[in-house]
Amino acid sequence: MLAGRTFGQYIPGNSFFHRLDPRAKVVCVLAIAISVIIANKWYEFTLLAGLTMLLIFLSRLPARLFIGGLRSFWVLLAITFLVQLLFTPGNDVLLALGPLRVSREGLEAGSLIFVRLSLVILIASLLTLTTSPINLTAGLESIFAPLKRVGVPTHELAMMMTIALRFVPILLTEADIIIKSQQSRGARLNSGGVVGRAKNLLPLFVPLFAGALRRAEELAIAMEARCYRGGANRTRMNSLVFRLPDYIIISISLAVLAGAAGL
Amino acid sequence: MSIIKAENLTHIYSQGTPFEVTSLKDISLEIKQGEFYALVGATGSGKSTLVQLFNGIMAPTRGNLQVCGVDVSNSALRRELWRKVGLVFQQPEQQLFEETVYKDVAFGPINLGLSVAEVEERVADALHLVGLEPDRVSDMSPFSLSGGIRRKVAIAGVLALHTEVLVLDEPTAGLDPVSRRQLMERIDCLRKERGVTVVLVSHSMEEVARWAGRMAVLDHGRLALEGSPLEIFNKSVKLRSVGLDVPLTVELMLQLSANGKPVRTDILTTEDAVDEIARLLKQSDKNKDILSQHETNHD
Repeated sequence: MLAGRTFGQYIPGNSFFHRLDPRAKVVCVLAIAISVIIANKWYEFTLLAGLTMLLIFLSRLPARLFIGGLRSFWVLLAITFLVQLLFTPGNDVLLALGPLRVSREGLEAGSLIFVRLSLVILIASLLTLTTSPINLTAGLESIFAPLKRVGVPTHELAMMMTIALRFVPILLTEADIIIKSQQSRGARLNSGGVVGRAKNLLPLFVPLFAGALRRAEELAIAMEARCYRGGANRTRMNSLVFRLPDYIIISISLAVLAGAAGL
Repeated sequence: MSIIKAENLTHIYSQGTPFEVTSLKDISLEIKQGEFYALVGATGSGKSTLVQLFNGIMAPTRGNLQVCGVDVSNSALRRELWRKVGLVFQQPEQQLFEETVYKDVAFGPINLGLSVAEVEERVADALHLVGLEPDRVSDMSPFSLSGGIRRKVAIAGVLALHTEVLVLDEPTAGLDPVSRRQLMERIDCLRKERGVTVVLVSHSMEEVARWAGRMAVLDHGRLALEGSPLEIFNKSVKLRSVGLDVPLTVELMLQLSANGKPVRTDILTTEDAVDEIARLLKQSDKNKDILSQHETNHD
């Protein structure tokens, strides 16, 4: 019921984009996202959209997944588009409905923000769809490693993120079972007013939190039993290595970013 | 009269996504009113999905399912099916949420809209059924109890609904031997006294052999075998091929028979096995007597 609906959930694969180093992917995605945000001419957007399509093609994932990702943000997209459309002051009025005025500038600004947001969502989902959470956090840890010198516990933060991500599907499955079992005792989980609804959710949240706390405790004991110590001198089973494709992707992304910033 | 009738049931999880899993394929079976029906199968064979369909929590992807005269494909009717079919999930002790045992067991009866007096009566009755003393546990917090007692409280919460059909998904897994036997005895009692239809999912072949009147074997979402425990446990080769095994008693008789001992192999319960082995021993004693007589005569 709840499983399999998370936005941008990792889909295992063996495409060119899947095999890239997570650090290269993070750099690439960030560079393109920043370029999309600072771009302001239509031909720049066309180029960036083309590049995004190319990367999506290289991921060898069905387009359906990306469209589904966009669809889960449709409320945000629609609201930002409408706000820009209706509240941008402009002289060239195309349409007037009572107090609402749609100007040419408004239409342009609305379309611009729509394309911008859509591209950012697409490129971000490309990262999470092709990178396992463990790899992603390993990449981020490595990128932020220099911050360790100024006292930021990067390893611990990365470990916390990995564990949190690891538990999302487990908790979703557990919530699904609890919902089903309370429904089979006649629970109405989504009816009633605000207070009633909150009260109706207790049969779901009490066992869910109790389970999460129990799991956390068990995990802590299991980690300590294996002598886990975070921080200094930990090696990885799969250490990250830059290869030629990674260098190429990073170079292209940085060139795109420089182009967008310069033009 | 059949109380559950399934025709060509197929269930697919997350259909149309990369995570699509076909859990049940073309299952057809009938469960009669008042019978003790067991479902067995290796892990991942679709047992839990099937029992969740019986309870109306999910609708099958394809196929017909009638439960207590209700067509499960009708979503409005399906949502009310919990009044007629009680379902005890796997590890139900993880679904307790109220502050006291009493309130948790009363949750279902209150949702049924019963009066305070009726709820009270049902809670006490249900706690008795699972072997707990209502006066002692009613005011305790479920979170302060041991796992086994919490399991019993959770089962009582479903028993208190007084449903026509009772579906139990591995209810005795993790319980101590005495509690196991007591629980199964009491559930069978409910069946005999109140005519409740019992559907049991279990990994214990001994339990199935002891209690079930009929049983079905699932293998990778398909119905592999259906029949009485006696018929099915006679097909030990087929059972092993789907990742299951025969009860210890059957195994013992099969091995004795394979070693040339003249025993019956259609034995399910320990009591019958004891009788059969006693008979065998008596017979071999007699043979020995005859043999020794023969030898003395020879001398």
